[in-house]
Amino acid sequence: MKYVDEFRDKALARRLAAQIAEEADPARSYNFMEFCGGHTHAIFRYGVQDLMPENVNFVHGPGCPVCVLPIPRIDNAIELAEGGAIVCTYGDMMRVPASGRNSLIKAKAAGADIRMIYSTQDALRIARENPDREVVFFAIGFETTTPPTAVAIKQAAAEGLRNFTVFCNHVLTPAAIQHILQSPEVRELGQVHIDGFYGPSHVSSIIGSAPYEYFAREFQKPVVIAGFEPLDVMQSTVMLIRQINEGRFEVENQYTRVVTPEGNAHAKALVSEVFELRRMFEWRGLGDVPYSALRIKDAYGEFDAERRFTLTESRGRDVKGCECPAILRGVKKPTDCKLFGTVCTPDNPMGSCMVSSEGSCAAYWSYGRFRLERVKEAAE
Amino acid sequence: MNRPAKLMEKRFPTRINMRTAKVDMTHGSGGRAMAQLIEELFARHFDNELLRQGNDQALFAPPPGRMVMSVDGHVVSPLFFPGGDIGSLSVHGTINDVAMAGARPLYLSAGFILEEGFALADLERIVISMAQSAKEAGVPVVTGDTKVVERGKGDGVFITTTGIGVVPDGVELSGANVRPGDAILINGAIGEHGVAIMSSRENLAFETEITSDSAALHGLVAEMIAAVPEIHAMRDPTRGGLAATLNEIAWQAKVGMKLDEEAIPMRPEVDAACELLGLDPLYVANEGKLVAFCPAARAEELLAVMRAHPLGREAAIIGQVVEDDMGFVTMETGFGGTRIVDWLAGEQLPRIC
Amino acid sequence: MCLAIPARIVEKTGGENAIVSLDGVKKEISLALVADAEVGDYVLVHVGYALNTISPEEAERTLSLMAEMGLAGEAAE
Repeated sequence: MKYVDEFRDKALARRLAAQIAEEADPARSYNFMEFCGGHTHAIFRYGVQDLMPENVNFVHGPGCPVCVLPIPRIDNAIELAEGGAIVCTYGDMMRVPASGRNSLIKAKAAGADIRMIYSTQDALRIARENPDREVVFFAIGFETTTPPTAVAIKQAAAEGLRNFTVFCNHVLTPAAIQHILQSPEVRELGQVHIDGFYGPSHVSSIIGSAPYEYFAREFQKPVVIAGFEPLDVMQSTVMLIRQINEGRFEVENQYTRVVTPEGNAHAKALVSEVFELRRMFEWRGLGDVPYSALRIKDAYGEFDAERRFTLTESRGRDVKGCECPAILRGVKKPTDCKLFGTVCTPDNPMGSCMVSSEGSCAAYWSYGRFRLERVKEAAE
Repeated sequence: MNRPAKLMEKRFPTRINMRTAKVDMTHGSGGRAMAQLIEELFARHFDNELLRQGNDQALFAPPPGRMVMSVDGHVVSPLFFPGGDIGSLSVHGTINDVAMAGARPLYLSAGFILEEGFALADLERIVISMAQSAKEAGVPVVTGDTKVVERGKGDGVFITTTGIGVVPDGVELSGANVRPGDAILINGAIGEHGVAIMSSRENLAFETEITSDSAALHGLVAEMIAAVPEIHAMRDPTRGGLAATLNEIAWQAKVGMKLDEEAIPMRPEVDAACELLGLDPLYVANEGKLVAFCPAARAEELLAVMRAHPLGREAAIIGQVVEDDMGFVTMETGFGGTRIVDWLAGEQLPRIC
Repeated sequence: MCLAIPARIVEKTGGENAIVSLDGVKKEISLALVADAEVGDYVLVHVGYALNTISPEEAERTLSLMAEMGLAGEAAE
């Protein structure tokens, strides 16, 4: 596969590993937070950590929009389906635990009309094919996934698709990064020590690299926008280490084949035509984060599920003992959670970090569990 | 007493019009309609000596040796897919289950649960396909059953097949026999069946030339055990893919396994389709593949035997069994790192994220 | 929510749609977000839409930079 296989090349990986080993100062450690679930996935699936020296560590942040969606919003989606609407959702959301251990897939098994789709175009098609039913698209995702929702809403407006609405849960990454950097845990010494960030690949392809300048300046931490493939992550690591060693804190772009400073102007314009900022939005694990999420503008209000339907409002509460909130902030590791691997497994997930394949816990489990067992055995 | 010739010929006044007729509740009621369906559709196409006995059971003398029996329910959707259909799939699947014990498959039975309203044209297509697969494999369907459920209570048709076979002396295939040091072999490329099925599912519409690898493997198995009777185990990686099968056996034998990602055969198109849908090919179903575990010293020889067979041209040694009572299956990635290949959790839903 | 895969545009179909190919696997997607993409271009595909075109020159440059790494280490061995 072009533009994929070249960036997974073993020989180049060894070169980059050698470079990292050479430039990493043995007198200190480097902790880099990867914000994007896709990076978590790449790191574990390809075993990138195996190629890093001991003093270079990945800290897994909340890069997973599935992980940060609060339980009440999933409850609302189930509520809409149980109320008779056809609820269309991306596959990722199906197994995420909601209240009372319910989930979209369980609600579907109990008879709710919940349909997994690949594209917002599929949701529009379902709306056209079922003119007598309400069709709600459960919109989630960061800035990468927002433009496709904007396109769908505009198309629905142009076609006069009266039975189509969107339940909007789109969130913004810069707001989340800022919140992590400013959270009380970060200020306390020794709890979360982040030296730099891997900027999200495809979010940046839409919003550009410019929005990250603020963090680099304000918090004096380097940001390198990194592509998704394992070689991209490794090259970005070299760039981050260099910045730290040279005392720089800039935004650099490693993913130049896709990301430009301005991003995709057309996509951004579509989004700002349809959406506006919410003053406040609850993120699972991060609490209320200001100006971090989007809602549908009045001009497209008739396609807003929250306006058309009355939804129960509540605050989410995680399962007792579930450390997702701390794990999402990078404060704790999955292995620090008492439920991990005991009660909480991919077959029986307690929190979203385990259900979502991008979640830290799922990644640890699927790809790295054996390391932990070895460590446990060695300790005994 | 001889019946007049006219009465015998005209047991049913008019033939079923397979092109237009639909299944209705009378086809499962045990009455004339059901008898006619059996005669004009099932018995007609499956036709063999044992079926012609005309009883509810097939009567035969068992050959000497240990016997193997296996059963499978088939609920695949869609019913027709590139490279096969629920009929051919059920025949191949059960033959393979029997063959994985090293047995020579002898006979099959087929039970059909039909949904009211199902088109007989489609049913006939499926039955013809089954009959053809059975004939090509040399394993006849010797007895069967038909039931009908109300509209909405079945997905068109569900098929259950049972197979029996006989194991030659000296052959002992079992997951429990797998030992550290054993080589792990596969007869060809993974992921084709699952991808072919997905490509026919409406909501994931993508176009591909990939067809299901559904095939009867008993011929290949016979050659393998004739050349290397010391094979410890064989299993076909169907639902859950290669990963599920390897984990099952690792658990059963209390061993670990080390795989080499680059050695696992896979078509670029399957790789691409999985990438596009966010699926891991290790978990995608296969219907014409088997994994074999044999002593390391015999591995090259076994590989040559497999490659000489049409269903084993792309056979490869993909890893080895190691000591590990935790039963972990690990894989050295093409990238140079190591990852664990775990059981599948839940159903693999196409990832967007 | 970022799994995006590079694929080549092989044909433009009606409206804003196009067929992309990834090693022979074809899918119809929307070009609504990349107005100026042409047949033959590689685009990043995410949830049924092309997000951006991929720059071949930049891809080459990135790979060259990677290839230059680690040489000092190798020379030292």
